[in-house]
Amino acid sequence: MKQHQKEIHAFNPESYVASTVKAMPPSGIRKFFDLVNEMEGAISLGVGEPDFVTPWHIREACIYSLESGMTSYTSNKGMPELRDRISEQMKREAGLEYDPVEEILITTGVSEAVDLAFRATLNPGDEVIVPEPCYVAYVPDIVLAGGVPVTVTTRLSDLFKVRPEEISRALTRRSKALILSYPNNPTGAIMSREDLEELADVVVENDLMVVSDEVYGKLTYSGRHVSFAQLEGMQDRTIVLNGLSKSHAMTGWRVGFALGNSALVSAMTKIHQYTMLCAPVMAQVAALEALQKGEDGMLAMKHEYDLRRRLFVSGLNRIGLDCFEPQGAFYAFPSVKETGLTSEAFAEQLLKKQKVAVVPGNVFGAGGEGFLRCSYATSREELIEALDRMETFLKGL
Amino acid sequence: MSEILEILSENARATPAEIATLLGLSEEDVAREIKDLEDSGVIKKYITLINWEKLEGSYVFAVIELKVSLQRKTGYDSVAERIARFSEVDSVRLISGDHDLQITVRGKSMKDVAFFVAEKIATLDGVQSTCTHFILKSYKEHGVILTDRPKPKRLVVTP
Ligand SMILES: Cc1ncc(COP(=O)(O)O)c(C=O)c1O
Repeated sequence: MKQHQKEIHAFNPESYVASTVKAMPPSGIRKFFDLVNEMEGAISLGVGEPDFVTPWHIREACIYSLESGMTSYTSNKGMPELRDRISEQMKREAGLEYDPVEEILITTGVSEAVDLAFRATLNPGDEVIVPEPCYVAYVPDIVLAGGVPVTVTTRLSDLFKVRPEEISRALTRRSKALILSYPNNPTGAIMSREDLEELADVVVENDLMVVSDEVYGKLTYSGRHVSFAQLEGMQDRTIVLNGLSKSHAMTGWRVGFALGNSALVSAMTKIHQYTMLCAPVMAQVAALEALQKGEDGMLAMKHEYDLRRRLFVSGLNRIGLDCFEPQGAFYAFPSVKETGLTSEAFAEQLLKKQKVAVVPGNVFGAGGEGFLRCSYATSREELIEALDRMETFLKGL
Repeated sequence: MSEILEILSENARATPAEIATLLGLSEEDVAREIKDLEDSGVIKKYITLINWEKLEGSYVFAVIELKVSLQRKTGYDSVAERIARFSEVDSVRLISGDHDLQITVRGKSMKDVAFFVAEKIATLDGVQSTCTHFILKSYKEHGVILTDRPKPKRLVVTP
């Protein structure tokens, strides 16, 4: 009997990776992660999350829910009580009405909400204007959704706010949306109501949709956070993304939410129901507790960040790293231009010589070149020690 | 200004210069404010929180609840102030509920404390009864958890 000889190809997994994914550059943060991770005695100002543990009453509420057996799926959009609570809070704090049934979606962190907002709205080739420096996920998420990111630069001279002229310059026939992210990661900049109002005109004239990532909204140190949706006529144009990761020290729980017009939220929910089904029930229970009883704990953490902000920013300026005063989030964004080093070179040498980890600004887009992102979500003692080491480093340059 | 007190209540060693940086005030203003708080008796003393349990053979502490008969004119004050004068006594408080005063006593041994209470406190005029609870282990003092486990680690660099 003749054996049928089949030619055997070696399976090449590499060739199975989608070209969009292959083309995505590796995260600039990864490299620093690996360097710091192997180092003993390093102080890391590179962490984009609170150093607090989630307040105990929130953890305890989750433990209780597990004891009572709350381990099932929730509705796709999330627990009704949680959506009700978010709706109430938006009404109370921002004067905005969102129908908890049609206009609010609970997601697995703001991260999922960012992805959903783009996937639910972008057709192939649609352009999204992305002001940089900004959070590292927007550009890849837009690309994965088949859209085209069009970056514009925010500048220190404008205190890293988005200027309407910059948006106008980036507009094309395919412009569909603008992503706003204030208080901003990595700059710590905020935009006041007046600043946002200047943008609203360009947005309306060009019929743009706005995706507004307001995850740091509660961490605003001067005045009160204003949502883009609060501006006259902007609510239906805006998908507001928010969550508890930063404000309530809940990064690991993975819970966030999206608010917007029902057509947009329903579209996002469609994808969410097939990819996520629902956000983790434990995280939703914890989020409900946080929103019901977590105000004081949140304010106490914010107060501590505010003290550290003053300590650290005045320290940076004292040792000769010019830093504008950040008004939100927990990042300082000093300039290293005077040293003649690139962000990356500065960060690498600082780490090797003085064991202080910061994230080079260029990781957050071209506009971040010449700056460093330093997180002050770390203890005061560490901040003081880091400043000392940075001063020594600067003297040795 | 209570923000200064908040900082000092967490760390008695915070200097006016450090507090000024944290609050964005001038060092002189902070120093003056602290002086006023000291002069007016709001700040009584700068003390150290010690975890005595870490030291072998240090102190024994007890909480003692007292029933006290009210004195004409002075109420509970005269008995309470008398008790407060003993250096063995750490704190004296008027409380609501079954008892009237709650005091904490520090001694070298359980016997020490028991004899002190029997001889000096129970025998005072106006003290009707005492109920002594020895402290076997302290979990939290002055807002600080003494039995805390190490903080869980965060990733060293995240976006
Ligand atoms: C601007 C911004 N948006 C979203 C996220 C992700 O938030 P979440 O933990 O809710 O997914 C982060 C986290 O670093 C962020 O900085």
